Amino acid sequence: MSSNTDSWGSRVGLILAMAGNAVGLGNFLRFPVQAVQNGGGAFIIPYLVSFVLMGIPLLWVEWGIGRYGGRYGDHSTPFILDNMTKKRLWKYFGVFGIFTNMGVMAYYTYIESWTLTYALKSVKGDFLGMGQEEVTQTFLNYIGSGSDFNFTMVAFIAFLVTLSLNVYILSKGLSGGIEKVAKFAMPLLILFGIFLAIRAVTLGATGVCADCDSHLGMDFLWKPQFDSLTNPKVWLAAAGQIFFTLSVGMGTIHCYASYVRSKDDVALNAMSAGWMNGFVEIVLGSSVVIPIAVGYLGLDWVKDNAGFSMAFQTMPYLFDQFGSILAVLSGLAWFGLLFFAGVTSSLAMGTPWMGFMKDEFDWSSNRSAITLGIIIFFMALPTIFFFDKGVFDEYDYWTGTVSLVIFALAEVILFSWVFGIDNGWEEINRGADMKIPMIFKPIIKYVTPLFILVIFLSSLFKPGNGEMSDWQMAFGNLFSGEAWPWANDSIINQIFHLNTGTVWKDAHGWTDMFYVDMSRFLLIGVFLALVVLVKTASNKRKRDGRIPQMTEE
Amino acid sequence: MSTSALILMIVVQVTVTVITGYFFMKVLRSPKKPEPDSYSENDDE
Repeated sequence: MSSNTDSWGSRVGLILAMAGNAVGLGNFLRFPVQAVQNGGGAFIIPYLVSFVLMGIPLLWVEWGIGRYGGRYGDHSTPFILDNMTKKRLWKYFGVFGIFTNMGVMAYYTYIESWTLTYALKSVKGDFLGMGQEEVTQTFLNYIGSGSDFNFTMVAFIAFLVTLSLNVYILSKGLSGGIEKVAKFAMPLLILFGIFLAIRAVTLGATGVCADCDSHLGMDFLWKPQFDSLTNPKVWLAAAGQIFFTLSVGMGTIHCYASYVRSKDDVALNAMSAGWMNGFVEIVLGSSVVIPIAVGYLGLDWVKDNAGFSMAFQTMPYLFDQFGSILAVLSGLAWFGLLFFAGVTSSLAMGTPWMGFMKDEFDWSSNRSAITLGIIIFFMALPTIFFFDKGVFDEYDYWTGTVSLVIFALAEVILFSWVFGIDNGWEEINRGADMKIPMIFKPIIKYVTPLFILVIFLSSLFKPGNGEMSDWQMAFGNLFSGEAWPWANDSIINQIFHLNTGTVWKDAHGWTDMFYVDMSRFLLIGVFLALVVLVKTASNKRKRDGRIPQMTEE
Repeated sequence: MSTSALILMIVVQVTVTVITGYFFMKVLRSPKKPEPDSYSENDDE
């Protein structure tokens, strides 16, 4: 048994930490943009269906798996999964539960550092009086965009400060570090969100342009366009958003839940944390960026430009329209909110590595946190220096998107079909403070795996823009002997560069594709290094006589 | 705002808020499990 004796301080603290893990920048930026791009109000229907059929079951599955692992002294997915089956190969699938977090943490910490800098800049009043283009240029200058090597000392120092802060908090353990931050950050985040939402909802028509009205933005966001419900693209986007927002398929929920004892509840905890995330996303997330942006820039501008970049390149300009005092307060609330959302998530991403090293190699919290910091530092450098080349997006695509789906599919199959749905159902109901409806038993066994499989296959083979007509055309092509029209973001095209060909060097030197492919090799290298580490730990377990637990015959 | 958008927004946002509040209150009202439990703040001195 490991010497890992960390524990949660309180149940509310655990729920806030788990909700903080799920609540991230995506709640305020990705969700409203996805809604705008996928049928406005109708998007919420596939979103809620995906939440019920995939999100809620995955939350219960991950909380259940995590607590099961903790019973045998395991706090990271490789050996949690290993203990659920006789097949020893599953522990290598569990590597995803550490790898994904490290990959995401590498670029996420960098974004987090932007929010920290921008919160300070807002307080100093740096954005007051700036025009839209000036705000955009300020951001591009900040990250050193526009040159072959994206580096500015101030952005780099901010990144180091943010990473050090994460390492310090992680070294203080669950109750002494992460939980304290969550108890402080989550209420403040919600408070900031409410402040901005009230401002957005009460903004109304500003008179800046003909359609500059925050209510028009809300109308666009919530007006149901039911024809979009038959569009597979919308369903894929909604299901994808559920993955991102709940932080399922990452390994962080397993890790947090592994510190819960068998007799304590996981079913109600999972619902409370999951719906808290839903509240922040659906109620607050939908009420800030889009209404304010439409209020000052108009609906057409938002339709054309809605995206992640608005957070840093547009919002400071919009806040400035409120008047200087409100601009400073809103800037602080917005970037403070994003920072808290980011830090509670990145801390969660650090815990699987911490749990693994403490369990397997008896490392202290300090040692585990510092090594994590060093690894993340080196993994983050390509995303910082070659931001313009697309390395940042490459990390996000593989570690923040594809890996989640692969791991979630594997774990739900393991839970329902290998571990067995009866054992699994008993596990999530053990000590439960709520009665889980029986309908979820067949949902977890059949519907959720099928749902995730469809998402995975659709992403693998996505044609054109993923619209129904694109799929029809693709199958038509297939039967008439023509080529499959791969979408640029389909997994197959991403792997083989089918639409563009692999060109690493041209007349101007190394191409962006070269940098992207090198970063891909780096990620593969990290994954393989973790596989070797798990194998080493497995050998050590054998030497120490730690025999894997199995379910009863 | 159009009526359909307003209705959908209010129904969804109120429903989500009520469910979130319901589960959180249920957590707060659930009786504590006997020691030793998972939470160090409940530990007997």
